[in-house]
Amino acid sequence: MSASDTALRPVPQVIAHEVTKPRETKKWVDWITTTDHKKIGIMYLVLTFVFFILGGIEALLMRLQLSVPNNTLITPEHYNQLLTLHGTTMIFLFVVPVMAGFGNYFVPLMIGARDMAFPRLNALSFWLLLFGGIVFYFSLFFQPPEAGWWSYPPLSSILYSPSGGQDAWIFLIHLTGISSLVGAINFFATIVNMRAPGMGWGRLPLFVWSILIYAILLIIALPVVAAAVTMLLTDRHFGTHFFDPTDHGSPLLWQHLFWFFGHPEVYIMILPGFGMISEIIPVFSRKPIFGYKAIAAATCVIAFLALLVWGHHLFASPLPVVVLGFFMLSSFLIAIPTGVKIFNWIATLWRGSLVMTTSLYFAIGFIAIFTIGGITGVILAIFPIDWQLNDTYFVVAHFHYVLMGGAVFTVFSGLYYWYPKITGRLMNETLGKWSFWLMFWGFNLTFFVQHALGLSGMPRRVYTYPPGVGWSTYNLISTIGSFILGFGILLTFINVFRSLKVGAIAGPDPWKGNTLEWFTASPPPANNFDVIPRVRSVEPMRDIRRQIEHDTGVAQKTGGSEQFARA
Amino acid sequence: MRSDAKNDLHRRGARGNRRRRLALTVALILCGSLLLAPDAFANFLTPKSGGSPNADAIHSLYLIVLYIAAVIFALVEGALFYSVYKFRAKKGAVAAQIHGNTRLEIGWTVGAALILVVLTTITFIKLPSILNPPNSSADGLTLSGGVLTASTTEPVPPNGKSLVICITGRQFIWAYYYGSACETDPYSSKVAYSYQEMYVPANTTIVLHIQSLDVIHSWWVPSLGGKVDAVPGYTTYTWFKASKVGALYHGQCAELCGRLHSAMTALVKVLTPAQYQRWVTQQKALIADQEMQVLALRKALIATGNLTANLS
Repeated sequence: MSASDTALRPVPQVIAHEVTKPRETKKWVDWITTTDHKKIGIMYLVLTFVFFILGGIEALLMRLQLSVPNNTLITPEHYNQLLTLHGTTMIFLFVVPVMAGFGNYFVPLMIGARDMAFPRLNALSFWLLLFGGIVFYFSLFFQPPEAGWWSYPPLSSILYSPSGGQDAWIFLIHLTGISSLVGAINFFATIVNMRAPGMGWGRLPLFVWSILIYAILLIIALPVVAAAVTMLLTDRHFGTHFFDPTDHGSPLLWQHLFWFFGHPEVYIMILPGFGMISEIIPVFSRKPIFGYKAIAAATCVIAFLALLVWGHHLFASPLPVVVLGFFMLSSFLIAIPTGVKIFNWIATLWRGSLVMTTSLYFAIGFIAIFTIGGITGVILAIFPIDWQLNDTYFVVAHFHYVLMGGAVFTVFSGLYYWYPKITGRLMNETLGKWSFWLMFWGFNLTFFVQHALGLSGMPRRVYTYPPGVGWSTYNLISTIGSFILGFGILLTFINVFRSLKVGAIAGPDPWKGNTLEWFTASPPPANNFDVIPRVRSVEPMRDIRRQIEHDTGVAQKTGGSEQFARA
Repeated sequence: MRSDAKNDLHRRGARGNRRRRLALTVALILCGSLLLAPDAFANFLTPKSGGSPNADAIHSLYLIVLYIAAVIFALVEGALFYSVYKFRAKKGAVAAQIHGNTRLEIGWTVGAALILVVLTTITFIKLPSILNPPNSSADGLTLSGGVLTASTTEPVPPNGKSLVICITGRQFIWAYYYGSACETDPYSSKVAYSYQEMYVPANTTIVLHIQSLDVIHSWWVPSLGGKVDAVPGYTTYTWFKASKVGALYHGQCAELCGRLHSAMTALVKVLTPAQYQRWVTQQKALIADQEMQVLALRKALIATGNLTANLS
């Protein structure tokens, strides 16, 4: 059966069936033994959102402690543990793997494949992530690590961090590192080899482009941090002195190795989010993406430059001025492709016909927030200015604008967009918009004043501060904002659970999507597609819809996104 | 039925407008209250400065960058919100099917690059005034002949004369050793030292040699310039030249160094050169006196058998 046979059916456009009757097993056995990319994707998403909640609670506890000066709610020891847990959780257990979750679910569907290239390896990735998280969080019952997610030696050495919590942290990096590495190889093999007929590199959906680059960056950056934490482990327990200044080792070596991984990691975290936005904005603007090639090229250029900018984390370290100058210029350069992306997204909205769904709200909120993070990033790249702002709340504000914008708002946009595909039901739009506005204002209230905190001299990672130095008002505002933000996030979680039962039935293609995941039932059957159509453009689903309309003269209905059009 | 739906849509539209207006009002009130709160007004948009020329130079560089950033911010966010406002789906409106525009792509790529060229130029114009210390003023501390150093990292004023203060960080206190002997012989009785509070003569170029005894710390007094990490195994350098006699500058360790990181504060008190010299003499006498007392106590303890004599 060819695509054109399918195309003759007016509504629905899609046919896909379960090929075999599923074997009768217990449901939980089904889940833990699955190699289906969709089930693994769902497990990834559920697990990472659990970690997101844990990381969020840790953040709120820190904000509570900082709400008033000289607060004694949390001891300095627990505060340092919280900041280590928060950073590590959000980076290694939420943002990086949540992108793998979306990638797992949607990359095979978007390229018209029936599964990932190595389904068992895919399952291994997930279970390694779970065990990494368990190893790390079990330190809560003993002594959690206190040296921060960057764990600079000598503070993280056995002398100053004698507890096993630091070793649990090292083990977490190893396990989640192998998980991501195996997953990255899998993504790479899948995208390179398993695309639908006709889907050349110039027709690859931009989300898939971003997952491809995400995978390449992971493959380059992760071995470096794996080596670095192994060296830290042998320093701590087996008598080596890689980072020990009292024995000809260098603490600076760690900083270089860690940030050689750590800065690409930032782009590992936000590029997939950029990819989601590049899919979502054209769908809800009812317009093709503006400058497809420019966006795909910008993704590659960002990835290349991401490997050359690690030194901007070391501006206050003992480095010669010429090195500082190099890293300032390389960090400047990375602003160009990033700016190009922002301009292209706005140009896609321009003269469109914007269907104001919650998903698009989050996408636009992301651009608004991320622009501020990008601008403060350029300010921080100027190393003499960084000497004043490095390690202050200005930096905290900057990277939360980048990461909350680039990862959380994009992931929420993606969640509202793809939830109907995963569950077959639409999420509630009213609740979604309440959630968006609370998150948007809560976020800006929390983090905008933190720029001012940093400028007025408040360093990061302090567990308290004295009254009368001009920091109290800002901190109180920031804490209030963080709880508004938290409440907004809670609304989306309520929405997710509620919509599972009461959400409107979505149908295969509720948004008039552009890509192939909408060419199958919601949720898709185990084999994804009965027929894999030939791809003729970046928007294969749109071509299919157009052909049906042409052949039948019947306008294609969707699951109801017309309701968002304003009269 | 149909008109009902239409009314409903209208009502929803009106409610949406009201909600939007409410959101805008709340935002305005929040911004307004920020501007009006005197506590919040200090350093809302600019880094601290006013203590030393390098901090002032960073401040003025930051201001130029901030103005450029503000324009870019306004343009990008303006275009974004305008398109969201203007191009919402309406009945009958059809989206323009544009795939791109190569000229526009090249235009904004080159435009972004040009802005960065401007920023680079401004930075390198301003850089010498941040990196290189000036000479001490005539009313500063009289310093002996300058020492020529081969160091490429240590800042040296044009005439080579500066007051050297060695800073040592440790969990969780800063120690200061005054005078150029601090580098070679910090524990001799010729060197005055103090903890946490640093005393400096006004209008004198002061070069700091920064080290750490244990973990990484970061020296930072915002009004006196940028921060410099204290990394064990390395010596790092910075300088400042304070002019306001009687001023007291607050600083704080800026790199997580352990549980009491937030307690690792620093104070810099600016004295007249004469006051400074008096303070140094007095401090040396105090230190000598304390050492005598410790020595006497040791002798007494050893004599009564409460302390074993250390033969080395």
